[in-house]
Amino acid sequence: MTAFFVVACIILFLIVAVQVGKITEVYARIRGEQVAQTSSNNFNAIFGLLFLVGFLVLSIGSALYYKNYMLGYGPLHHASKHGKSIQTLFNTTLFFTGIVFVLTQIALFWYAYKYRDTNSKRKVLYIPHDNRLEVIWTVIPSIVMCGLVVGGLWVWNDVMTDTKEGEDYLEIEATGYQFAWAIRYPGADNAIGTKYFKNIVPGVNDLGVDFNDPKSQDDILMLAGEELVLPKGKKVRVRITSRDVIHNFYLPHFSVKMDAIPGLPTFFVFTPTMTTEEYRQELRKYPEYNVPEDPTDPNSPKKWEAFNYELACSKLCGVGHFSMRRQIRVVEQDEYNKWAAGLKPFFTENIKGKVEPGKYSWYKGEVAAAPKEFNSQALESAKEGDVLELNHINFATGSANLTPESVTELSLIVDALNKYPTLNVEVSGHTDNVGEAAKNKSLSEARAKAVEDYVEKKGIDTKRISSVGFGDSKPIADNGSDVGRQLNRRTEFKILSK
Amino acid sequence: MENVVLKSPKELVAKETGWNDGFHDHHHGDKYQSGFISTYIFSTDHKMISKQFLVTGIIWAVIGSAMSVIFRMQLGFPEASMTWIKPLLGKWIVVNAESGVGKLDPEFYYALVTMHGTIMVFFVLTAGLSGTFSNLLIPLQVGARDMASGFMNMLSYWFFFFSSILMFYSLFLSTGPFAGGWTAYPPLSALPQASEGSGAGMTLWISSLVMFVVSILLGGINYITTVLNLRTKGMTMWRMPLTIWAFFVTAILGLLSFPVLASAFFLLTFDRSLGTSFFLSDIFIGGKALDHVGGSPILYQHLFWFLGHPEVYIVILPAMGIVSEVLSVHSRKPVFGYRAMVYSILAIGFLSFIVWAHHMFQSGVNPFISNFFVVFTLIIAVPSAVKVFNWIATIYGGNFRFTSASLFSLGFVSMFISGGLTGIFLGNSAIDIPNHDTYFVVAHFHIVMGVAAFFGMFAGIYNWYPKMYGRFMNESLGKLHFWGTIIGAYAIFWPMHYLGLAGVPRRYYSFDSFQAFRQFSATNEFITVATIIVFSLQILFVVNFFWSIWKGKKVEDLNPWQSNTLEWTTETIVPGHGNWEKNLPIVHRWSYDYGKDGVEYQMQTEPAREGEVMEH
Repeated sequence: MTAFFVVACIILFLIVAVQVGKITEVYARIRGEQVAQTSSNNFNAIFGLLFLVGFLVLSIGSALYYKNYMLGYGPLHHASKHGKSIQTLFNTTLFFTGIVFVLTQIALFWYAYKYRDTNSKRKVLYIPHDNRLEVIWTVIPSIVMCGLVVGGLWVWNDVMTDTKEGEDYLEIEATGYQFAWAIRYPGADNAIGTKYFKNIVPGVNDLGVDFNDPKSQDDILMLAGEELVLPKGKKVRVRITSRDVIHNFYLPHFSVKMDAIPGLPTFFVFTPTMTTEEYRQELRKYPEYNVPEDPTDPNSPKKWEAFNYELACSKLCGVGHFSMRRQIRVVEQDEYNKWAAGLKPFFTENIKGKVEPGKYSWYKGEVAAAPKEFNSQALESAKEGDVLELNHINFATGSANLTPESVTELSLIVDALNKYPTLNVEVSGHTDNVGEAAKNKSLSEARAKAVEDYVEKKGIDTKRISSVGFGDSKPIADNGSDVGRQLNRRTEFKILSK
Repeated sequence: MENVVLKSPKELVAKETGWNDGFHDHHHGDKYQSGFISTYIFSTDHKMISKQFLVTGIIWAVIGSAMSVIFRMQLGFPEASMTWIKPLLGKWIVVNAESGVGKLDPEFYYALVTMHGTIMVFFVLTAGLSGTFSNLLIPLQVGARDMASGFMNMLSYWFFFFSSILMFYSLFLSTGPFAGGWTAYPPLSALPQASEGSGAGMTLWISSLVMFVVSILLGGINYITTVLNLRTKGMTMWRMPLTIWAFFVTAILGLLSFPVLASAFFLLTFDRSLGTSFFLSDIFIGGKALDHVGGSPILYQHLFWFLGHPEVYIVILPAMGIVSEVLSVHSRKPVFGYRAMVYSILAIGFLSFIVWAHHMFQSGVNPFISNFFVVFTLIIAVPSAVKVFNWIATIYGGNFRFTSASLFSLGFVSMFISGGLTGIFLGNSAIDIPNHDTYFVVAHFHIVMGVAAFFGMFAGIYNWYPKMYGRFMNESLGKLHFWGTIIGAYAIFWPMHYLGLAGVPRRYYSFDSFQAFRQFSATNEFITVATIIVFSLQILFVVNFFWSIWKGKKVEDLNPWQSNTLEWTTETIVPGHGNWEKNLPIVHRWSYDYGKDGVEYQMQTEPAREGEVMEH
């Protein structure tokens, strides 16, 4: 009904307007075109002035009206350190552009009024150009712009600086997907484990986390819904990633905004400066926030009571783009520590003992028992009797011929033996249970021997390295699955003495 | 020319008044444009092609702005039932069986937003504005018989038409038109699993825009050639009106940037259909991990904005040219600082190619790179400021005549100031962090390149309507159209700055779930009401436009605005084939000798008076 009414009004308006248009045209002809043009000049020039006054008054008045709703002017403070410096830059820009805005708008409509054609046959000023004036209004904007560029880049490079090594900060990870955010907290080790999109198993491992990575094992995963908590006054580095399309990690109150891109992790570093409670108390002082949050509900809390920091998506990501909300609570460090202590790692809650070891490549089994990967770090900390896994030594199918790419890891072994002169090791070969056990055993022996021979050829004393083949007698995973068999086919590096 | 053998008295006259370019040496007139089809449809006449661009542009503008009314309804009155529009939108209005309340489907909301942007930027403000006025004015104002290649010019329109058909057709797909934003960022635009509109809708969208690029290239090469090679005797580059300078630089920008867009679209098509990974990597969607690895979605953004930023100048430069001309003519004064105006057009054109990444400060590009883009972006403010000051100085000391055209030019300058200044905020990457992708940006670009460019277009239409149709548009309706639109447009877009500064993001179907964003329902209602009013006023313009073609006041004077430029030297108000029946006009002066030495105006064809000091 309303729609019909509005449409009818519009049609009526059009008809009336067209009639008025026709009549004025006829009237102008009767009065004489010149007279009509002059009176139109007067009318429009004065209307222009009225418009100018109305426009300036309303533009400034409306800014005052919205003051307490905009970030940075009323109670809605910027709740991060860098937010305040951005606000200073904004206000500086506003100062200069504000002056230009008011002066040019006044000049525009005032000159149009003052120099309207009044049919007085006034001689116009023939000034095609004036170099002095043009230099002035080229140079002054240039100087102002230089100032703004310098100020802007100062702030920008400060805001976008990444954390340095050894700095005290909290790193969390936000992963956008259609249409929610998944957040990972680092857990006790303050480090977030690796993930890979091909590892994703919906409902089991939604982010594709690699649980073989020790850093993953104490990470906390918060899928949609739960409130996030951040400590006040501590640097927070958000690692921002996406699982499907581009999203944008947007925290309006903290001036944080960065795209989440599939295949290209980004980050944003910020420091919250106000707890949620402090923010509420600030809002409480203003009448705008002493009204019910939901006017239709008589028991509704007031706006300041209901206030919460929010996380949103600000890059169009599909039909549910507008619904990717997460609530965030900023608390004092002590309270944060208490909250963090109560969090349960996703690994112990949902993976360990719940997912069959070896079923997926991202969880090989009881990780503590499984051999660590061979690398210089692992070697550094390894003790006598430890076993490291050589994942990058491969053989042609069914033979003991080393593939060319195995050279990389073999050289690392040679380097290690040169670096630690007292290191003695045993290389052992293992296969899966496919085929005859005896053949498997001899193949694994041959393969381990190939490694030994290679190392010895590089000048290492034959006493320091021995080889042995176990065939399929020592599986570390279930031979019933592809993944399990893959895990069982391996070459190990055992430290006999160091 | 002294040796030309005179054949008839008619040519005697021609010889005396102009430059014989040999136009009458061949026989024509009986076959050319003799039938309906060759006159009105497959015409190679630049004036008809310009009308075709204009009318097509108007149709698209009505469609595009009607879309904005529908999505503004959703934003302003989310509770109101939209059942009344179901006959038009069909399944996209989901009616609750119990309450009878019809809701706009969010998928279609995003399709509307996307189509609104695409249509307005490309079809209306590029084809409708530059296509119309480059075609109409370049040959007439440089004194040419027609475009360098009339046939290519015709193709340019028909590729645009074909492009329009594809886009229009996509509106009726059962999966809906493309809904991933007018910038079409992959992976959203590449994967039908990510959005319904990214299937057939996107295929049509991309095909349509590739056709559009072809149209722009055919048009652009023609405009450039015509300006460079077909200027009449005496028309040096420094005597050209600013309109021609603007169209010329616009065409160059288009020629250099649109192919890059096409390449982005081709690569995107390969990703969509051939399994390549230019823009895709590490994606898990629809329950499975895709095979694409190694691509970068940011590469697409670079390619897109390499067009996208020059594109906003492709939109605004023609409007600037028109406004410079109209303000000068109606102030009865030369445009202030002609050379500075030309240099600033060139500077803006050049700089527009090295600022594109200011659209990408928050998209994960290396923050160090952004430093350069901040510098270049803020430098653009200087030539833009020079232009504004020069326009104001043009009005200063003149005899300003208020017509619909000159009012819209004033409105253009007002809008360009308001919207340009907010660009100084957004161009500074640090300030862009909180404001990027909020309503502040929506306000900024709508004012500076949406409304302002429309105002330039309206100024051009009102001013050159007599040349196109031999009649005037109704001036009273024109002025009502202007005042209503400038007040209404500010009412729509000004409050959006505040929404943006409160952090409200753009492209939201509903603000309900966010405390921070949902407190502005009154503001949104206000904006929507203003939108409906402004839309009605544009309908008034369309009525005025078509009504005036047949019923408007007839033009009785060959030069109704007492203008200096060559298009007003034709023997008939609506010129025919070849524009000048006799010889081409010979140019003796620049186009801005208004009020010089006390003479109100001197057309470009008037030779220097004795003792006159010539400006150009």
